[in-house]
Amino acid sequence: MNPPVLSVRDLRVWYGTARGAVRAVDGVSFDLTPGETLGLVGESGCGKSTLGRGLMGLLPEGTAIDGEIHYEDRDLLALPPKQQRSVRGPDIAMIFQEPMTRLDPLMRIDDHFAETLKTHEPDLSAQEIRTRSLEALGGMGIPPTRFRQYPHEFSGGMRQRIMIALALVLRPRVVIADEPTTALDVLVEAQILGILADLRRNFDTALLLITHNLGIVAEACDRVAVMYAGRIVEEGSSRDVFREPQHPYTQALLGSIISLSTTELRSIPGAPPDLSMPPPGCRFHPRCDQAMVVCADREPIEERPLPGRRVSCWRYGPDEEIPPGGTEPLVREEIAVADEA
Amino acid sequence: MRTKREEDTPLLDVRDLTTHFSLRGSFGGRLIGRDAGSVKAVDGVSFQLHHGEVLGLVGESGSGKTTLGRTILRLADATGGSIRLDGEEIAHLSESAFRPYRRRMQIVFQDPHASLNPAMDLLTAVGHPLVIHGLVKDKAALRVAVGDALERVGLAPVERFFDKYPSDLSGGQKQRAVLARAIILGPELLVADEPVSMLDMSVRAKILELMLKLKDELDLTYLYITHDLATAKFFCDRIAIMYLGRIVEIGPTASIFADPKHPYTVSLLRAIPDPDPDRTVPRDLPRGEVPDAVQPPLGCSFHPRCPRAFGRCGWESRDLADLFERRWTAMAEADYEHERATVGDLARIEAATTAATVPAGRGRTGEDVLELLATIRDADAAEPFWSGVREMTANGDHVDVTFTDGEDPSLRAAGDVEVACHLYEGATSA
Amino acid sequence: MASQLETPPVPSSPQELDDLAPMQRRRLGALRRMWAPMHDAKGMPKAIVWVGIGITVAFILMAIFATQIAPYAFDQYKTAEGVRFIKQQAPSAQHLFGTNVMSTDVLSRVIFGSRTAIEVVLLSLFVSMGIGLPLGLISGYHGGKLDRTLLVFMDAMLAFPSLLFAIVIAFLLSKTFGHGVVTAALAISIVYVPQYFRVVRNHVISIREESYVEAARAMGARPWTIMRRYVLQNVIQNVPIIATLNAADAILTLAALGFLGYGIQPTEAAEWGYDIQRAISDAGAGIWWTGLFPGLAIVLLVTGLTLVGEGLNDVLNPVIRKRPIEPVELPPREGAEAEPEPGDEDQT
Repeated sequence: MNPPVLSVRDLRVWYGTARGAVRAVDGVSFDLTPGETLGLVGESGCGKSTLGRGLMGLLPEGTAIDGEIHYEDRDLLALPPKQQRSVRGPDIAMIFQEPMTRLDPLMRIDDHFAETLKTHEPDLSAQEIRTRSLEALGGMGIPPTRFRQYPHEFSGGMRQRIMIALALVLRPRVVIADEPTTALDVLVEAQILGILADLRRNFDTALLLITHNLGIVAEACDRVAVMYAGRIVEEGSSRDVFREPQHPYTQALLGSIISLSTTELRSIPGAPPDLSMPPPGCRFHPRCDQAMVVCADREPIEERPLPGRRVSCWRYGPDEEIPPGGTEPLVREEIAVADEA
Repeated sequence: MRTKREEDTPLLDVRDLTTHFSLRGSFGGRLIGRDAGSVKAVDGVSFQLHHGEVLGLVGESGSGKTTLGRTILRLADATGGSIRLDGEEIAHLSESAFRPYRRRMQIVFQDPHASLNPAMDLLTAVGHPLVIHGLVKDKAALRVAVGDALERVGLAPVERFFDKYPSDLSGGQKQRAVLARAIILGPELLVADEPVSMLDMSVRAKILELMLKLKDELDLTYLYITHDLATAKFFCDRIAIMYLGRIVEIGPTASIFADPKHPYTVSLLRAIPDPDPDRTVPRDLPRGEVPDAVQPPLGCSFHPRCPRAFGRCGWESRDLADLFERRWTAMAEADYEHERATVGDLARIEAATTAATVPAGRGRTGEDVLELLATIRDADAAEPFWSGVREMTANGDHVDVTFTDGEDPSLRAAGDVEVACHLYEGATSA
Repeated sequence: MASQLETPPVPSSPQELDDLAPMQRRRLGALRRMWAPMHDAKGMPKAIVWVGIGITVAFILMAIFATQIAPYAFDQYKTAEGVRFIKQQAPSAQHLFGTNVMSTDVLSRVIFGSRTAIEVVLLSLFVSMGIGLPLGLISGYHGGKLDRTLLVFMDAMLAFPSLLFAIVIAFLLSKTFGHGVVTAALAISIVYVPQYFRVVRNHVISIREESYVEAARAMGARPWTIMRRYVLQNVIQNVPIIATLNAADAILTLAALGFLGYGIQPTEAAEWGYDIQRAISDAGAGIWWTGLFPGLAIVLLVTGLTLVGEGLNDVLNPVIRKRPIEPVELPPREGAEAEPEPGDEDQT
């Protein structure tokens, strides 16, 4: 196996609010290897977007971040901010959700590219800049005849493709895409996924795809990490996780998806917890139909029940850590109708 | 109980409905020198909706599905055509004449976070329709009615929810409140505009379940507007696929999914992300994007993107411009520069005309352009565009290209569905 | 989604609120919702508002109780016995701020001047809001020709230098209404109508396309109901801020009018601007008290109002409001690779 290009250990991002700290990301670890796409999936409030921004250093004021982000054997969080920026800049790129608002409406497309390239590779000649830009755009299906147009002259899907081209023109090693297709139509979404799929093949770029859409994860990602309440509860190859989900939340989540083969509606009772006061023990236990006594008491320890799979759930042990009687089914509080999402 | 008459008359009968938004008054439009024109958001739509049915309007953005829903509720003005509610014509009534009809049709919007007045608590907000129509005598009666509605949508115990403001509620709870407000007048028709697309996956099932329950309990008829074919398949009895202001295919859900006919429907189905790990990203998607609704493509509006288009589909000059663009996007820069120089001002072929005049570049002749076109054709003779080209002749400094006559397909029967596509020559037009 | 990170509006303990009767609960709830940002605000913005409020209230009290507080009437130039005051007398026991060239007591004139100022400003606020708000509401909601016409009209008014405009209007109105409080107030109010119009209109336009407004239409609400309950209620938050800042500006305009001689006649009421104008010639002679005190009064009141306005803006405006951020204390990690933290750290 290739050594990972990005290695995150125990990342925590806590926001300060008047009510106390909100533990948006509370101990997340994963690896990204070159050429691989990792899908980070979860519902709203699970912390996935915060995680993406934390990796990019784009957190708002008053946020505390802790843990290790290893990029090419340097811990980014241990570096002073200026050095962090110089490492992140050209090598770790981000694609945002709303392409409409991320392009400067007063700059032509070619100027956008020129600015990006000149900032990070100042030795390029004008011709080289043009060639690289057209190449990046062409790869995204943007015709060279429109190189000198303004962002508003393009549709939403094309703007997103321009954003991706901008992110890739510097040939970064890691791309973090935060809900890149949520605002787009299904056909455009499929086009963009196709482009992202080609990416990992042709450039060996590692892609972290953050989304709530399990469908695109299944199609476009090699591996998937499922997040709930600030933690990764399950991680493995997407094929395996979708076929045989181990964690009760993953099972329930997959069960609730409405796809072309759905015959019956299933949902998860209750609502995600308030992250300023998460429930004790396993954060999913109030909603879990397989919860045991120990789940309400102690936080689960990560186990590897299958090759290549990580799960944080007491159902998979380790048995020696479970106190006697801990495996009894948990009598949960009835979830009040008023607490339903 | 319904009378025989009600059984026969569709609840909603829409004929040739058009909603055009004129651009004339737009200051921005005048500023950038755009001609007065109009956005043909809904461009001739006809369908019937029967009591107790769920009809899905499926399409991407720009298809006009949301505008159609709003026009039926008179939130946008129809520029032509007719809408009959239970046999009564409502499309062109004045606002005050129409007001009583509003009790019979309500709408649920897409964004739960924007559908509730931030300055009203739930008791006031959900009860306001009753107050407006003078249906409650006093505060006590209001509380009873609102309590009943909130109970139905699962916001219980209702006492706790009366005083809550929208900012106190989650997305799913807000959507429930919106449903409560929509049903409190006892409507017959509910237009649901993407009611679950902004909710989390696990919450969608809850809200759809609720909507089904309400349908049964309250005898509702739904017009379900969405871009998500998966939820449409589950929820709807019949489905209408919309593209650029028109219905291109309409029929029973099972038939549409089992045997999609229109090429657009086919590609939509293939593009749905499916959490089945054995699927891969679909490759042969229609190219390009939804075109501008101000000047839709001539003939069949889907023809520029259709993998199965042919001579009759309505080819035009803009298709030639697209052809050049596609070719040049995939070329190396040097080759692109070389070919680009052969052709002159591209703006001359960016027109919606049935004949194209391709000017030659500086120092080139019409012959050069003709040669280029021939090269392009030889490179990919299977490209649908060429089946629409009748003749290309070089004349001095330009090339004249004429296209075969195109025709805008109307909905015609094909099996138990109706399709607007030349591939299906039905017996009669719908 | 976002609600996780926002401060819950009210109340701090649901239980105690649940105990109240429903109607009380709701009214209290609404008040506390509006007041909540003030609770959260800490430090500078809060201090600013309170200082501003303090100053403004002091002046208002002065205005209300002017007859009780002031030692003499504003145009009194002799004692009860008929002895004429010494003119231009320096501050002394009988005349704490001295007397001016007309032998009237400066302190009394300052105090009565505050009454004039407050009266004029209140009246003009009332009139300009009364005209500007509804016009902005209707214009923004209906759009079309009415909106375009009004916009051009209001923009033209805004383009005029406000002082010149006020002078012209004061001059025109003085023929009918004389040179008193009413004229000054009306002149000033017309100058500020376009501001309220614009602020309200722009905000209305930005929310008129919101789903909840459309939902109101779908319900069958009449336009006036929609404007009142769905649009206005959501637009009104900006108005107090604009009002206080306009009030501050109005004081200055009034003083300027008085200074230039187009304002309130000295026989009608005491007015700071007029006093300053009369004090110009005194300055050369070393008589400082006739100009300083009215001038100070203007500065103080305007500052007070501005502080209230800016402070309210900092506190209420959600765009620039700074939430009080507790510094986040992360408890130390336990070891390395993917090990969970101990389950029971304390909350901050």
